Amino acid sequence: MPTSHLTHPTQPPRTGYRIERFTLDNGLRVVLAPEPDCPVTGVAVVYGVGIRAEPQGRTGFAHLFEHLMFQGSANLEKFAHFRHVQGAGGTFNGSTHLDYTRYIQTVPANALERVLFLEADRMRAPRITPETLRNQVDVVKEEIRVNVLNRPFGGFPWLRLPPVMFDTFPNAHDGYGSFTDLDAAGVEDAEEFFDRYYACGNAVLCVAGGFSVEQARKLVERQFGDVPARPAPSAPVLAEPDLVEARHHSYVDAAAPTPAVAAAWRVPDPVADLTGYLPYVVLSEVLTDGASSRLVSRLVLEERLATGVSGYVGFMGDPFDVLDPTALLLQANLPAGGSAERVLGVIGEETERLAAEGPSAEELSRVQARMTALLLREGDTMIDRATRLAVLELQRGEPALLNELPALLASVTAEQVGAAAATLRPHRRASVEVVAGRDR
Amino acid sequence: MSASAVRPLPDLEPAAPLVLPRQAEAVLPSGLTVIAIARRTTPLVEARLWVPMAEVDIAEGALLAQTLFSGTGTRSATGIAEETQAVGGSLNCGASPDRWLINGDCLASGLDRLLEVLADALCDARYPDREFSVERDRLADRFRVSLSQPPTLARTALLRRVYGDHPYAVETPDPERVGAVEAERVRDLHERRMRPDGAALVLVGDLDPEEAIELAGRRLGRWTGSGRKVTMPPAPSPTPGPLLLVDRPGTLQSSLRFALPAPGRDHPDSAAMQLANLVFGGYFSSRWTENLREDKGYSYGPGSVVDHSLGGSAVMIAADVATEVTAPALVETLYELGRIATLPPEPEEVEQARRYAIGGIMVATATQAGLARFAGTLAGFGLRLDHLALRVERLAAATVEDVHRVASTYLGPGRATAVLLGDAERVERGVASVMPVEIG
Repeated sequence: MPTSHLTHPTQPPRTGYRIERFTLDNGLRVVLAPEPDCPVTGVAVVYGVGIRAEPQGRTGFAHLFEHLMFQGSANLEKFAHFRHVQGAGGTFNGSTHLDYTRYIQTVPANALERVLFLEADRMRAPRITPETLRNQVDVVKEEIRVNVLNRPFGGFPWLRLPPVMFDTFPNAHDGYGSFTDLDAAGVEDAEEFFDRYYACGNAVLCVAGGFSVEQARKLVERQFGDVPARPAPSAPVLAEPDLVEARHHSYVDAAAPTPAVAAAWRVPDPVADLTGYLPYVVLSEVLTDGASSRLVSRLVLEERLATGVSGYVGFMGDPFDVLDPTALLLQANLPAGGSAERVLGVIGEETERLAAEGPSAEELSRVQARMTALLLREGDTMIDRATRLAVLELQRGEPALLNELPALLASVTAEQVGAAAATLRPHRRASVEVVAGRDR
Repeated sequence: MSASAVRPLPDLEPAAPLVLPRQAEAVLPSGLTVIAIARRTTPLVEARLWVPMAEVDIAEGALLAQTLFSGTGTRSATGIAEETQAVGGSLNCGASPDRWLINGDCLASGLDRLLEVLADALCDARYPDREFSVERDRLADRFRVSLSQPPTLARTALLRRVYGDHPYAVETPDPERVGAVEAERVRDLHERRMRPDGAALVLVGDLDPEEAIELAGRRLGRWTGSGRKVTMPPAPSPTPGPLLLVDRPGTLQSSLRFALPAPGRDHPDSAAMQLANLVFGGYFSSRWTENLREDKGYSYGPGSVVDHSLGGSAVMIAADVATEVTAPALVETLYELGRIATLPPEPEEVEQARRYAIGGIMVATATQAGLARFAGTLAGFGLRLDHLALRVERLAAATVEDVHRVASTYLGPGRATAVLLGDAERVERGVASVMPVEIG
């Protein structure tokens, strides 16, 4: 290829989001990110509880509880939350992650106080009855059927790899939950879970979009100021030693028409050692982002050992919303009759080559340019910006890190990426293989 | 439960009007329409290129999309990926019976380069044999996985039943047919049909509209040549008949799919139709979702959309339900369709849907990517962003009587083409007691 086609990007752009943070008297942490010209506002409330905090015998409970938070609260009947948000022209959702649970709304800017009211009301007192509990257990079972049990590659690899890589219940168990555990859950479990984990000292509220700081602060204080103060619970103990020998698990997926394989390696602590962690985030992109990446090039385009490859840090695909222990994951879909072992072998060869030579300067800078663009694109959506800021506040007490991330990612060197690649050794690897169960 | 006094729901502030962004438009000598829209919220640009695809075999059309960026006279597939990534960008192409849609995005500073690479592919894509065969196998495997999923299979059966011999009958081509297409066929297809005449390019983001038009003219001016003018023939409207039961032994859920007639995107009744659909099942706060999910717990996510294509419009409704509640879920579905078709909706239901529909336009166009998605689709229909303003007007003007009239015209269960994919041995008896069944 003629070199004249190569682009030498200028310094990647940075964001300068305005970020205000304060804490209410009751311990609720608040982050405001005003964009006064924006016609919409995103409101995110995140609680510092997720799948890894679930008690034994109650797998899936954090997610079930997230559903229950939409079933009415002190001043709101069942159905009211949805109707008030959508009836204001907005959208809402909730999602349960390994280390936090989030509740999000995007509304036209004129509905800000209404959404704050809705969130504050359920932060004070969700309305949980035996009827709503049974109803949502049924809904969650349908969700599990449609997303996991009744589809090819259900739960692959995010539910399939943790039990191979980890030994302790918090890290290893199925976060969607067993039907037995879901059926066993009672209202008293929900009340205890709420009391313990849904304390306002364990929550962060973030608002991003069309408002002024003065106005939003006043509304936040009015709606959340009298939420009873409760401190955050102690953090669950998650630490586990790294693997000392490879672990591999293979299972038949009755619905899958083709095989697949995924592998994971532990990475440095994302919070305590951000500098050590970021090279792995860049590495996952060097290995798998697009046709110009190392693994797509070799596995898909050259040797045709795989039909698709992806890679990321964090079991749910987001490197900046997880706590230690976490992992870098690589996954590949294989053609019929493809060999998982051969794919793992090539991954080993390519990471060794990267460890020895590092990425080229040009390769590294284009990967960094793409990562920057994706961060900017995410930040252009108010609710994504709000969620990101809320989680950074919750896990690091440092929402302004969002403005630093492009520069931090751009400062990762070829040597650091090479050194990260050098740790992806077979003896530290957990892998899981899907055997195709459905004949073509 | 809180013992405190009832708190009032805050009112909405006055709603802001929809403000359309500054834009410019030109038709190049080649016949390509270029629309540039300024949305300078973050230093990125989004690109959407709509190229009409009527009367193209869907297997060949999908393959062209998959391989368009596989190499040109001067660039390899890897080279294209590297250059795009270097400006923080990506380029991909998708195909549906109406059109090819090329999606691109990049750092604003890289727009020139992105358009240069795009122009090279449009003018000089070579579909090299080796790259073509790699991508062909990948695509066939992707369709294989897709066609192993009950939701896709149910939709496939529905489309075939509604559309018969019309191109809309097949959305996911047969993987075996895809695997048999030769590169020469796609080269020939590109020559005949990947043409600027009748195509529309939309650029949205951190740009000056006039400068962006000028740049697009410079880069894409060499993309010339007229294809044969082909328009999509009118599609048949859904017609009633017995429920088609597609047997899927062992499946854990039944996939219920109905198609109903609908007025076209630009029809004066389209706004009232949108509201009727919302009240019935088109958003979370709809009757069907509240009934099927929040009351009965039969389904995780029932949904109903008004689907607009160039050849016609239809309402598509979909719910996946546990096998054991298949017949009762069918009963509730028929009941809700019957209710919306025969009784006027409550004024508050219409107001809530109206605010959601209008607010939805504000929310969806608040980001560069959302605005590009809207503008790109509208351009494909020969419409511009000002259609959104007209839409808001029509939504604001629609009365309860309009919604009732439109619902009775289009949404009655007696007008539905109905398909159910499920374990026939377990569900046939139940559903046959509800409505006539034909085994497919």
